[in-house]
Amino acid sequence: MSSRLRFLRSPGGAIGAVILTFVLLVAFVGPFVAPYSPTAAVGEPLAGPSAHDLLGTDEIGRDVLSRVLHGGYSVVLLALAATVIAYASGLIVGLVAGYVRNWVDPVLMRGVDVLLAFPPLLFLLVLITATGTSVAALVIGVALVQAPGIARLVRTVTLEASVRGYVEAAVTRGEGTPAILRREILPNIAPALIADASLRYTFSVLLIAAANFLTIGLQPPTSDWGLMVSQNQQYIAINPWSVAAPIAMIALLTIGVNLIGDAIGRSLGRSTAGWAR
Amino acid sequence: MSVEASPLPALLPDPSEEVQRGSSHGALRFVARRVLAGVLTLIAVSLVTFAALQLLPGNVASIVLGRAATPHAVALLDHRLHLDTPFFERFVHWMGGAVHGDFGDSTLALAQGLPNPKISSLISQPLTNTLILAGLTIALLIPLSILLGVLSAKYADRLPDHVISVLTLIFTSLPEFVVGSILILIFFSAMNLLPPVTLVPTGSSPFDHPDALIMPVATLLLTSLAWTTRLVRVGMLEVLRSDFIRAERLNGLPERRVVWRDAVRNGLAPSIQVFALSIQYLVGGVIVTETVFSYPGLGTQLVSAVLGRDVTEVQAITVIVAAAYIAINIFADLLVVYLVPKLRTAL
Repeated sequence: MSSRLRFLRSPGGAIGAVILTFVLLVAFVGPFVAPYSPTAAVGEPLAGPSAHDLLGTDEIGRDVLSRVLHGGYSVVLLALAATVIAYASGLIVGLVAGYVRNWVDPVLMRGVDVLLAFPPLLFLLVLITATGTSVAALVIGVALVQAPGIARLVRTVTLEASVRGYVEAAVTRGEGTPAILRREILPNIAPALIADASLRYTFSVLLIAAANFLTIGLQPPTSDWGLMVSQNQQYIAINPWSVAAPIAMIALLTIGVNLIGDAIGRSLGRSTAGWAR
Repeated sequence: MSVEASPLPALLPDPSEEVQRGSSHGALRFVARRVLAGVLTLIAVSLVTFAALQLLPGNVASIVLGRAATPHAVALLDHRLHLDTPFFERFVHWMGGAVHGDFGDSTLALAQGLPNPKISSLISQPLTNTLILAGLTIALLIPLSILLGVLSAKYADRLPDHVISVLTLIFTSLPEFVVGSILILIFFSAMNLLPPVTLVPTGSSPFDHPDALIMPVATLLLTSLAWTTRLVRVGMLEVLRSDFIRAERLNGLPERRVVWRDAVRNGLAPSIQVFALSIQYLVGGVIVTETVFSYPGLGTQLVSAVLGRDVTEVQAITVIVAAAYIAINIFADLLVVYLVPKLRTAL
């Protein structure tokens, strides 16, 4: 097994991989095998499970199973997009602040401190109030919530790396700052960042699912697991499956990514004591 | 501390000197510095919130009033919200009021012509309700996570530890609305024991409906307990392996005293910041949990203000919550320094 997949050897990592594979299959193959359209009314409203609708129908007669099969890829992909954007911006700020030792560092870091003083969900709520709900606002908002923490971590590991011999050697050879950051520092801080990135992705999933549940993210009639929970909750007494099914999928998704993030962190020799939440 | 068995490293200054230095001046300066930094952070947070909400796209008044609003109505609302004054003047004026508990008027309530649009009166009842919910949760969270964390460390790598660690890993992974909905499915849908929504008529207290409080508190506990338990376990493991605990055991002191008195005392100081972090984390959890159970608190109020794009109300609630968030942090820092004398030498 290659060293990249070493995390799969731990029981937690292996279980997480199995769970996540199942969730990803449902999310990405589901839309092609769903019996009905996720937005079409196909039966009586709030019918219980039957041969026609295996998980029953929701309040306007849409097939719950079809909506669950269509409702997963949004959170998986949006969380990925948010994490990538957060990392791109956090990485640049952190590298610059950690390597360039002049007035830029304290200025950037005080900005980071202020943003970190916001409770994460609160910051997202403020941004959504300012821009109104949209997919772009959701993704950029979640990225903005995560970026300051990433910048701080990148700065710390960059500071550590920048005093090493190989960096001084590169400086002596006369290499430029961008080349040093890319060729000397980045490869050496990468392991720490990979472990962190997997936890950030977990957090992006949790935040986006919560935002969709609060209806400040994706909007009806989109089929999304978080949104389905909030839409169907008031009818929980009539068709509990309309809530139980998306709940189960979100639970499997978050447990799966968490187990894998935990295992990756351990396989890279990092303590999980400072769990990012 | 009752046990001084672990020798102080030679690098640390003489303890008697430390008492003198750590006493009045240094400690006071530390408190003052920490509080000042907190106040500055809060001002910065308010400014960022203010700028994000009032400088970003569109005219607040026309968004809330809708497209059909007459220019006159927009101008009138602009004036009532002080939107016709320059940004910094508006901010300073708002901060001046906020210090005295006056957060201005709710944009939405003004636009709808409600008789009492004052934000301070709109949020006072929800604020009390939220403090009740959070207070109950914290009061149960701390003893429970100490109990579970210590048990987990005491039986490290044996059955109780494995059970606790699997359960905590699962619950740490779950969002609050998932845990809340699972509880509703079990205790309402399946067993019909507890109400799925918290109905608290205005003027009455959530304490009048204790059964409606059970599921919201349980949701917050289950999601934050996991995290604190894991971290108490880490701190306790370290202490239980230390020399002085071994010495106590070798001296034949009763196990109960060794673990629950001496080890807990020494192992918990690092956990204080963990508790502070998880209490801070409750801030987000409370917003979601209140929405799950339609609990009439600050969280549901905030979410409906966000959905209605009630800029002034979102701003007020955000700054109040951020103030609590920052205050918890400062309090934890001071408490740790108070409880761990070693840290005082650095002042």
